[in-house]
Amino acid sequence: MADVSAPSPAAQSGGAASAWAAALGRTLLPLVVVVGALVAFWYAACVPMNVKDALTQAERAGVVVSPEGAGARRDMSSWTLVARNTGELSGVWSLDRPRLPAPHQVAEELWSTSVGMALKGRMWSNRSLFTHAWVTLSATLLGFGIGTVLGVVLAIGIVHNRAMDMSVMPWAIASQTIPILAIAPMIIVVLNSVGVSGLVPKALISAYLSFFPVVVSMVKGLRSPDAMQIDLLTTYSATRAQAFWKLRLPASMPYFFTALKVGIAAALVGAIVGELPTGAVAGLGARLLAGSYYGQTVQIWSALFAAAILAALLVGLIGLVQRMVLARMGLAR
Amino acid sequence: MSLVLGSIAFWLVAWWVNMRIAASRWAGTTAARLCVPALFGATLLLVWEGVVRGLEVPGVILPPPSAIAVRFAASTDILWADFVQTFLKGALSGYAIGAVAAFAVALLADRYDFLRRGILPVGSFMAALPIVGTAPILVMWFGFDWQSKAAVVVVMVFFPILVNTVEGLRASDAMQRDLMFTYNASPTQTLLKLRLPAAMPFVFNGLKIATTLALIGAIVAEFFGSPTVGMGFRISTEVGRLALDMVWAEIVVAALAGSAFYGAVALIERRVTFWHPSQR
Repeated sequence: MADVSAPSPAAQSGGAASAWAAALGRTLLPLVVVVGALVAFWYAACVPMNVKDALTQAERAGVVVSPEGAGARRDMSSWTLVARNTGELSGVWSLDRPRLPAPHQVAEELWSTSVGMALKGRMWSNRSLFTHAWVTLSATLLGFGIGTVLGVVLAIGIVHNRAMDMSVMPWAIASQTIPILAIAPMIIVVLNSVGVSGLVPKALISAYLSFFPVVVSMVKGLRSPDAMQIDLLTTYSATRAQAFWKLRLPASMPYFFTALKVGIAAALVGAIVGELPTGAVAGLGARLLAGSYYGQTVQIWSALFAAAILAALLVGLIGLVQRMVLARMGLAR
Repeated sequence: MSLVLGSIAFWLVAWWVNMRIAASRWAGTTAARLCVPALFGATLLLVWEGVVRGLEVPGVILPPPSAIAVRFAASTDILWADFVQTFLKGALSGYAIGAVAAFAVALLADRYDFLRRGILPVGSFMAALPIVGTAPILVMWFGFDWQSKAAVVVVMVFFPILVNTVEGLRASDAMQRDLMFTYNASPTQTLLKLRLPAAMPFVFNGLKIATTLALIGAIVAEFFGSPTVGMGFRISTEVGRLALDMVWAEIVVAALAGSAFYGAVALIERRVTFWHPSQR
């Protein structure tokens, strides 16, 4: 997504500082506007979503709302209620169990269950998001590691063995079109019944999910050197091992990192879904499930955002390593 | 024990046959291309059957393929009802809505450069997130029936299609756009005759990624609450009853539906982007 448009006039006339400011304005400003619009939309959406509960609460507090009585309001449309009670709407952003929590409620919950608890010295208590995030993260990383190593090994086998290529590769590609995640509950329950529980079953699901993207892209990557380069190594009388270490493996690196990004996102989804059938013990998936059982919407949203932050950190970390490695290899775009 | 040894022997023989086919001069033919993976698949099934029967693995841990096939044949009516509920109602309607919405937003983002700069990073960011997590929220909002599943699918397929379409709309090169300009083509004409066709390989890439996501979204959303029909519902309840042959039968349905869906989109892609090098 490299930006190739011409530099703006400001960048040409001014010094480095104004060039920076121009670049910031071109990339950051639209982003801020779009994100701001999304947040504003979110706040606005809270009004019709939460109006019924908010009016019920206001009525209990003694405010006169129209029409009176929760029963009379039940079948009315949210918009009518909003229109008839424009003065009493402040409650929609501060309900205990809103249908749609306001952004600041989610942020507050996120803060108080993570950094807030850490500041009180209870970073690893059962209610802390750090605990749950770590449970999910450890399964994700273990599974991701297993899946990546196996995927790379299989890809090397496929590239070097024609029979394997012809027999395994079609299945590896076909398996990408199958909703593998559907078998997650079965793996969990079956492994539980043979006495394996906790980290390993979830890691296996993560491994399975991250395995196929790695295989497919690594095969592509290991085959990416063109015929000229391979011919050159043949004229050098290089062995297959030398060709692998000196040509195929370095050439596959861009593909490898792309696969890692897809793989880690898939592994995280696998770990989260893997936590669902175990009955909500620990982990971000368990927080989601427990929240949905007890109608704790703020908790669901904060778990969701925690998962999003985790995913962003993991993908960002791989992106960083990718940039460093590829720059060092001279492959950076 | 003899079953286990027999299946391992079959595996070795099949592998040897595959090696011979791959090394032979017919390796490039279509017959060999179909025969080798088919033989490999058959070997997997046979080894599975032989090992499970030979070691007497209980059916609650891993049922043999034959038992799954019998269960599949015996309960086609239940499987069909689940398929209709989850795939036709949940996944397919959500996929259509999500694709149309993503396409509309992509056109809008393409029209206004400012919007594109803002939407593209947000879209790529969202596409990497575990969006399945929105399932409990959407189930709470839209109820247990297929509407909530369709909503999850909409959110899941939206971002990959959006990002790919926006990228695709920029795929035509400057020479081609200049040519349209010299023809005095209006922006709409340029869009319809040059940039949309040029975007199609990217759009279909997004649509193909989204097929799997749609099915996953519809199935996982049912884990958070559903009527007493549906593939995700069946999987989670039958796992609870340790009726694993039924679970596997449901997984076979999911696999067939997923591949058929992907295949259908790939087929349409072939028709639409016949001019692209990868299709020739």
